[in-house]
Amino acid sequence: MSSSTDISHNVGHNAPGWIGKPVLRKEDPALLNGHARFIDDIEPVAQVRHAAMARSPHAHAEITRINTQKAEALPGVIGVLTGKDIAARIRPIPSVVKAPIDYYPIAIDKVRFVGEPVAVVVAHDRYVAEDAMELIDVEYRPLAAVVEPHQAMADDAPILHEKLGSNVPSHRTFRYGDPDGAFAEADHVFELAYRFPKYSSTPIETYGVIAEYQFSPERYTVWSNFQGPFVLHPLMAGALGVPGNRLRLISPQASGGSFGIKQAVFGYIVLLCAASRLLGCPIKWIEDRLEHLMGSSSGAGRTGTVAAAFKQDGELIGLRYQNIANMGAYVRPPEPASVYRMQATSNGCYKVQNIVIENTLVLTNEVPAGLNRGYGGPQFFFSLERIMDIAAHGLGIDPAELRRRNFIDKDAFPYTCPGGSIMDSGDYAAGLDEALRLAGYEELKRRCQQARQAGRLYGIGFACGVEPSGSNMAYVTLAQTAEDRAKSAPKSGANSSAVIAMDPTGNVTLQLCSTPNGQGHATVAAQIVADALGIDPDDVDVVTEIDTLTSSWSIASGNYANRFASAVTSAIAICAAKVADKLKHIAGEMLQCDPQSIVLSNGVATIANHPDRSVPIRRLGAAAHWNPAGMPDGTQPGIYETTVYSPPTLTSADSDDRIPSSVTYGSIFDVVGVEIDRDSGKITVDKYVSVHDVGTMLNPLIVEGQVYGGFAHGIGGAMLEELSYDRDGNFLSGTFADYLCPTALEVPELIIGHISTPSPKNILGAKGLGDGSAMMAPAALANAVSDALDFKDVELPLTPHRVWSMIQGRKPPPSSETVLLGNAKTTSAPATTPQIQGSGEVDVETNVQTVWRALLDPETLTLIIPGCEQIEQSSADKYRARVNIGVAGIRGIYQATLKIHDKLEPKRMRLLGKATGTLGFGEFEASVELTPIDDTHTRLGYRYQASMGGKVAAVGQRMLKTVTRLLVRQFFDGLNRALAPTSKVPRGLFKRLISLLRSLIR
Amino acid sequence: MLRLDGSQKHRIELTVNGKQHSGEAPPRLLLCDFLRHELGLYGTHVGCEHGVCGACTILMNGRAVRSCTQYAVQADGQEIQTVEGLNNGDTLTDLQDAFRQRHALQCGFCTPGILMSVTHFLNCTTNPSEIDIRDMLSGHICRCTGYDSIVKAILDVAETRAIEAKNQQDK
Amino acid sequence: MKPVAFDYCRPDTVEETTALLHEYGHDASVLAGGMSLGPMLNMRLVRPSVIVDINRITELEQVGLTNGLVQTGSTVRQADVMDDSELLNQVPLLKLALPFVGHFQTRNRGTLGGSVGHADPSAEIPLCLATLGGEVELASRRGKRLVRASEFFLGVLTTTRRAGELITSLYWPQHTDSTYYAFDEVAQRHGDFAIAAAACAVTLDEQKRINKISLGFGGVEDKPVLASLTAFVGAEPTCSLASEIAFTATKDLNPMEDATAGAAYRTSLATTLGRRVLQKAITEAGGR
Repeated sequence: MSSSTDISHNVGHNAPGWIGKPVLRKEDPALLNGHARFIDDIEPVAQVRHAAMARSPHAHAEITRINTQKAEALPGVIGVLTGKDIAARIRPIPSVVKAPIDYYPIAIDKVRFVGEPVAVVVAHDRYVAEDAMELIDVEYRPLAAVVEPHQAMADDAPILHEKLGSNVPSHRTFRYGDPDGAFAEADHVFELAYRFPKYSSTPIETYGVIAEYQFSPERYTVWSNFQGPFVLHPLMAGALGVPGNRLRLISPQASGGSFGIKQAVFGYIVLLCAASRLLGCPIKWIEDRLEHLMGSSSGAGRTGTVAAAFKQDGELIGLRYQNIANMGAYVRPPEPASVYRMQATSNGCYKVQNIVIENTLVLTNEVPAGLNRGYGGPQFFFSLERIMDIAAHGLGIDPAELRRRNFIDKDAFPYTCPGGSIMDSGDYAAGLDEALRLAGYEELKRRCQQARQAGRLYGIGFACGVEPSGSNMAYVTLAQTAEDRAKSAPKSGANSSAVIAMDPTGNVTLQLCSTPNGQGHATVAAQIVADALGIDPDDVDVVTEIDTLTSSWSIASGNYANRFASAVTSAIAICAAKVADKLKHIAGEMLQCDPQSIVLSNGVATIANHPDRSVPIRRLGAAAHWNPAGMPDGTQPGIYETTVYSPPTLTSADSDDRIPSSVTYGSIFDVVGVEIDRDSGKITVDKYVSVHDVGTMLNPLIVEGQVYGGFAHGIGGAMLEELSYDRDGNFLSGTFADYLCPTALEVPELIIGHISTPSPKNILGAKGLGDGSAMMAPAALANAVSDALDFKDVELPLTPHRVWSMIQGRKPPPSSETVLLGNAKTTSAPATTPQIQGSGEVDVETNVQTVWRALLDPETLTLIIPGCEQIEQSSADKYRARVNIGVAGIRGIYQATLKIHDKLEPKRMRLLGKATGTLGFGEFEASVELTPIDDTHTRLGYRYQASMGGKVAAVGQRMLKTVTRLLVRQFFDGLNRALAPTSKVPRGLFKRLISLLRSLIR
Repeated sequence: MLRLDGSQKHRIELTVNGKQHSGEAPPRLLLCDFLRHELGLYGTHVGCEHGVCGACTILMNGRAVRSCTQYAVQADGQEIQTVEGLNNGDTLTDLQDAFRQRHALQCGFCTPGILMSVTHFLNCTTNPSEIDIRDMLSGHICRCTGYDSIVKAILDVAETRAIEAKNQQDK
Repeated sequence: MKPVAFDYCRPDTVEETTALLHEYGHDASVLAGGMSLGPMLNMRLVRPSVIVDINRITELEQVGLTNGLVQTGSTVRQADVMDDSELLNQVPLLKLALPFVGHFQTRNRGTLGGSVGHADPSAEIPLCLATLGGEVELASRRGKRLVRASEFFLGVLTTTRRAGELITSLYWPQHTDSTYYAFDEVAQRHGDFAIAAAACAVTLDEQKRINKISLGFGGVEDKPVLASLTAFVGAEPTCSLASEIAFTATKDLNPMEDATAGAAYRTSLATTLGRRVLQKAITEAGGR
């Protein structure tokens, strides 16, 4: 059923020729030859200097002092800028939620997450910049940190943003239909409390920025692999205090993957622009991997509940979502879009009309969230598809059948969802059936049965979902109330630009605004233009680099939300059709015939049915330049067509918080069978099937590549990846040896299937794709594991340890900061284990009084504190020491303090120690009990808890507990040795001997 | 014995892609940084600087090795091959073409490292199985392709080369 | 991440090396394959004033056989060992373990001696050396000394190697008839640090009973740990005995804990792996 917003009728483009073919990519030769140019490969201006960023090792702290003198004095350093320096030059970037949480891309008075920049060093090269970085003296006053969302919401939580006064910048509830009624009349209600981890798509190329402030005209020019959305451009310009046309953003020829992550480089752009202005030189910054893991961006972790109301026959009549979204330390634009992206489609594939959604945004001391592959989809479908499988098991209905009963019928499209999405087309039953067919579902069930009969653990899981593409820029305004929205100018749409030019030699160039990072946009775009103009895609040059000064771009420009196939291709097709029409008119003039009788094909314009009457297309383009007088009446000379197109469906949010949030809706149907090894907890994927509906396939080769790539990200999120923090906000996933991305051995075989329901909302019938199984695999695998183990509280990622714990029937260990709560409404803080703890005993060969005195004697402490070089008593029971601790080559100097309290002579005491150094910092608390064994022997018992942060924690978390144990052991063994009466050497001489020995072995 | 002062740059001479090159480097300059910024060979990419992602993989004396965990001074007098040397900008080699045919690259950032690993691997492995290939590939992280197309491309090349080798033998 | 500035020395002989190490002591780091040291340097976890590059010392690249011991020079590359079928025939356990060591690319550069000197608790090569009862040869200005593997590894990244010493060779007991080996590990991904690893060598006597048995665990404690199995000498090798041995061997382990695995899981995994490797070896030996 067509509507006025349908454009899939032929707008003058030829019958499919190149569209739909597996055309090889234009991008490949340069990439395969090593000649493609990425951001670090270019030096577009002279005298570029290089930046390094000093970053906070603390999760939450006040900056009490920054002294940059030593750093600035280092030869080769151009300058060092602190947050205060930068803040003098920029305005904060406002948040979409109208809350006083100003985002500066550098900390000013306090730090709110490990990795937050605190200073920028600019030097002749990166090596020297890093040397200088270490010379910056930053003093912090650590504050209590909070990473677990429920704890962050509690009344006594440490507050990240004082002006806000709480860690909850937004809490909104939405009701569509009559959810209360639905739950009241339901025959069955199923509920799940869940947690979805925080992870990142980690492209192999990190952020890169080259920023130059030019004095004349006053303008910032930036080269960066920023991927958009370019709605962030006015925000950047605003922060820099310049009009939009004085912030020139240029993208390099190639970008090494993004998947959303390179949206957040915008903060660094602002930072480096200001730095360039302050220091008077162009600055290049290439993020390193450690920075990327701790300080770039990530998907938003989520915790919450989902409930589904069913009638007896399995009809889904109501859904209730309580989403607590972990925004990290800032609600950084375009967040909270990840929470709202799926809102308008919160029914998923199902007909359910009654939905209540409660969205709470929470601030925690973790890196801010942003775009990531799937962008809110993985979290959303985890909740919905888990509850569907849980309901299926509870109702005794096959999980596939339960879904089928509730699918939107194929004849119901375009379908308006309760939240406002207008879904263009789909055939979900066919998609699921195809998935079941490819999976050999009956046979798979038999395998499952057989395995279980043999005592093995086998499970089957499903996940079905819709893939919205071509985002309405306004959907994030759902985070505001209708009243607040009414106060600002309305927002809507998804502007996409295409510019086609033919130059005086008749060659075709297409310019796009799509900043691809590997998706093959240039190839597909060339196919579209080639079809329209009757030429070969090899003869269409495509420029995907944006230059905001010279390209046609708008706020929706960029590459995100799968917008290329769904929205951008329409702009290209419309533009190409206009050019084709013009060429036909020029040909008509030249060949003296009706333009409508011209056929463009194989590089020539021919009069239909008169193959002898033709002119090469190239000549038509050239003629428009060389002979403007010969142009048809009313036709502009030259060939330079610009089309800016916004899908008409994408209107603003209404006063009931409904919004058509995307232009097209693909769908995905995943089925997986897994076997779990009982002893190790390792999962083997026995079969994984994924069926996709992407509408018209523009290039099947590229489609399949995207499907596989999305699947790999989904496997990572399901089984391997998490950005881990301990309860104090110390970051633990600092390297690629800690943060585990799937390799060729971890990505299982994927059986791919396709169905196609062309989109009436795209000229070519195409729907966007790319997220795919990145959204489905976490849910599908959790469902399969849950099925295999008959265990409800399945937590991701499904690491061997976690799965093994579930097999033992235990709750899986909390992956990061949270412990799964049975009832999300509980506000009491859950018990979390401290990061490092231990206990032990040592028998000391002397009486209890001597031991007691020794523990309070600075001279003894110098001997026994591992690596202690110098100790002084600062006040009663308080010591300051310089400690040089090393474990096999990893040596660091720390400033340490030790406090002794709760003394009960001579029985017990408590020790509180802190140490800070360049490698990190630690805190420990120990209680010591002395029990006399006899007059010459004392049993010393100790218990300790410790917490480590900074670089050692980020890159060495495997070793931390063990090393702490070792150091604690060394301390108490040292005590024993120092007090052993077998030492006949007088104390003073003994001390000198020890230092002599030490200097020999050091 | 060679002794180099850490605060100075030192001349390094090495063969890269069959040509003699020289450049200057202080001891701590990473080999990948030297190849890229000193010699202008930007095809070798840097993804992690701790030897895990594989993007920086090059051939040194015919073996696939990381260039981020070696220092330029160590490469003095050695023979290096980078991605630029596979075809010296000319027509694609059978390996590069197979990658193209199979869509075994998307953003292309990890690709040069993989091409170098595969070059070494196919030089020393005949008739690799899929599991052999995945095992070799496990030293590379790709976030775009999901690896399947890469495996297929390598199997294609291995098969074609095996057939050619057999034809040569039969001659 | 760029390293601190360091001076660079590339000695040509062991003698030159030990003189340097004596001169610089703890201020020097020995650079072999760079697979472990490189990342630590780039992350500035180590900050030597001097790097001593031992990659061009031909003395350290030798492989030979003396007195029933296979000698491998410390800079012999892991990949070269995998290609050396003669060597692997003499030390079959290495053939089983090396595929788990890192990746194809890192084995092209990583060395046997480097792995042993680095002493990561999860490393496979130290585990093999300890399980087979091998030795580490250290050279210093004062001469050479041999240390048994069981005494060489002290803890996390810590060995008995002194600042002025260089690992020059590893000695591996040569394979004898009727000895059967197995190796297994569980890691999150292939090539990752083992959550736990097990290696075993079982020698049968003429009556097909256990003459010698060695079972080692890696990644469980802070260094390779060998089970004390003298009680099983003389026993008949069966698969159920393997389970019994594995259980005995792991009940007193003191496992590390980290974000990847807790104590209970590690112990359980060690028991599973111990059982699996023993069963494999015993089955190969013809046991039931």
